[in-house]
Amino acid sequence: MAAPCVSYGGAVSYRLFLGGKVSLARNHALWKIAVAEFQTCTRSQILRQRNTTVVTTKKKVAALRHETYTEDFIKKQIEEFNIGKRHLANMMGEDPEKFTQEDIDRAIAYLFPSGLFEKGARPVMKHPEQIFPKQRAIQWGEDGRPFHFLFYTGKQSYYSLMHDVYGMLLKMEKHQNQLQAKDLLPKKTETRDLIGSRWLIKEELEEMLVEKLSDQDYMHFIQLLEKLLTLQCGAAEEEFVQRFRRSVTIQSKKQLIEPVRYDEQGMAFSTSEGKRKSAKAEATVYERGSGKINVNGIDYLLYFPVTQDRVQLMFPFHFLDRLGKHDVTCTVSGGGRSAQAGAIRLAVAKALCSFVTEDEVEWMRQAGLLTPDPRVRERKKPGQEGARRKFTWKKR
Amino acid sequence: MAPSRAVLPRLLSAGAWPRSRWLSFLKTTSGLAPPSSRTLRGAVAAAVSEAEDREVGDKILNEPLKHSDFFRVKELFSVRSLFDARVHLGHKAGCRHRFMEPYIFGSRLDQDIIDLEQTAVHLQLALNFTAHVAYRKGIILFVSRNRQFSHLIENTARDCGEYAHTRYFKGGLLTNAPLLFGPTVRLPDLIIFLHTLNNVFEPHVAVRDAAKMNIPTVGIVDTNCNPCLITYPIPANDDSPPAVQLFCRLFRTAITRAKDKRSQVEALYRLQGQQEAKGRGPDQLRGLGPV
Repeated sequence: MAAPCVSYGGAVSYRLFLGGKVSLARNHALWKIAVAEFQTCTRSQILRQRNTTVVTTKKKVAALRHETYTEDFIKKQIEEFNIGKRHLANMMGEDPEKFTQEDIDRAIAYLFPSGLFEKGARPVMKHPEQIFPKQRAIQWGEDGRPFHFLFYTGKQSYYSLMHDVYGMLLKMEKHQNQLQAKDLLPKKTETRDLIGSRWLIKEELEEMLVEKLSDQDYMHFIQLLEKLLTLQCGAAEEEFVQRFRRSVTIQSKKQLIEPVRYDEQGMAFSTSEGKRKSAKAEATVYERGSGKINVNGIDYLLYFPVTQDRVQLMFPFHFLDRLGKHDVTCTVSGGGRSAQAGAIRLAVAKALCSFVTEDEVEWMRQAGLLTPDPRVRERKKPGQEGARRKFTWKKR
Repeated sequence: MAPSRAVLPRLLSAGAWPRSRWLSFLKTTSGLAPPSSRTLRGAVAAAVSEAEDREVGDKILNEPLKHSDFFRVKELFSVRSLFDARVHLGHKAGCRHRFMEPYIFGSRLDQDIIDLEQTAVHLQLALNFTAHVAYRKGIILFVSRNRQFSHLIENTARDCGEYAHTRYFKGGLLTNAPLLFGPTVRLPDLIIFLHTLNNVFEPHVAVRDAAKMNIPTVGIVDTNCNPCLITYPIPANDDSPPAVQLFCRLFRTAITRAKDKRSQVEALYRLQGQQEAKGRGPDQLRGLGPV
């Protein structure tokens, strides 16, 4: 707080105190405090007031790269969190010992209902380790010697990681050379299952190392790891590399497959819905048939006179090479001719999933047959003729 | 790490000091003036021990300085071993730096040959200085920007217990260290350059920055390098693997020797101090009796 300081000491006269130019530029409260202090002190001793004006310049506080929280502060926060957790459990009438984080979240949502849309802005009560970012303690000992041998590079964790990976690479190359010299090179094993996982992203790596990285650093790191994978690794190296891979949920497994139902004749069929623009369709696909498609009780040749719409209906079957093998009965309402065709196509594709292998479902998903088309009619705006079309511009 | 009885004589002689001198030296340090004033025994003892500690500390630091080669670094290499490690091979005459001409013996088939006699002298000075810095617990930083030997140099530094920087040298690392690291950071006390040039064949920024920050430098200067700002230049080949491996080995040996020596000397003084305290205890009782 850069406030002008008024120091007291020695002998002063009352007159001096009043007449002195007290340069309390801003804080009136300070003046009051000073007066009170003077009043309490005069009884004990006569004070001489020394006015020392402090030039208040904006001190250039070096913007800290990370907000520094001391270890004591974090420890205190953790204690407070644990005590608060127990209080909360008591408030909710639950057992404090068995109060988990989900219980805390539920309790907070109940006690502080918030209508805010931004989930991050809602009140939250989490363990301080998840709230305060991880920081580094002081990097050197009492004698000033840093702990890490790469301290003076600036990015010690990153460079030490690179050093270790490179060391592993050299060791493996040497091992392979030795095996090759003795002609004991084992056969090339199959490629590892790299499909279900992805490399760490730069932010995750930064979080892991608690250091800022540049894009080139990240790129070099990933390239080095990929080079490591091209050689044949032992179990330890595999485990080391797996630490830098994250699993990726395969999209097609989320695809909901309609269960197959059986009607009175014992014929298997499956029903599902589809939408496109404002058209809604519901289609029933029978397992065995001759390729007949009934739309709203009318044959598709009559309902869709335009070839393009019929092609849309046939596309899922054509994709799976099952053109004449299924019967379809569907109902559709709303939209126009093209929208209805698209809606039926989506419904048929979804229904077909139940008769088809998982791989083919994945292929259909990648072909875009199982994705509802999100495009809807854009509204007309005032001052324009249509959604995008502007009125004719006249120069004069 | 108190040296055992059998090892002591060898350790004492390792300092190139005759045993008799060591013993007399020990006797002199033990025979400090007994407390004269009649103040409290404890205070006197404390004052005496403090003065003793300071004297001992000074002795530890000053004794090695009285010898030209306290750590016997001359024994670590010879001109022949330098020749076998291809240390004498320089670059082609076209790459020659003007200030390296005094160190060049001649040139054969347009390739400069470095004078190994001069190299030996410079290397001995440099290793001696490094050993002294390590003995006095200084921070040593190995710097190089040659990617071929980066891994080797980092390993060397780690094995010594010192520090390495073989990566991209950030701008104000030495000159703006309090901002980059923290207000109370300690800068290196010695910088060893295994390659003075960076990847674009320009002098490494750390040479100039160390000179700015008054940090002594030891550097291996090849025929295309500028030896000007380096405190202890070593004219030698910095491109061949055997040469760089030799230098890494020499520096590592010198530093570990010096550190071991320091711990031995401290252990020695600690032992001696304990013996003295035991010896002085009964003396004090006798000396400070009722008058």
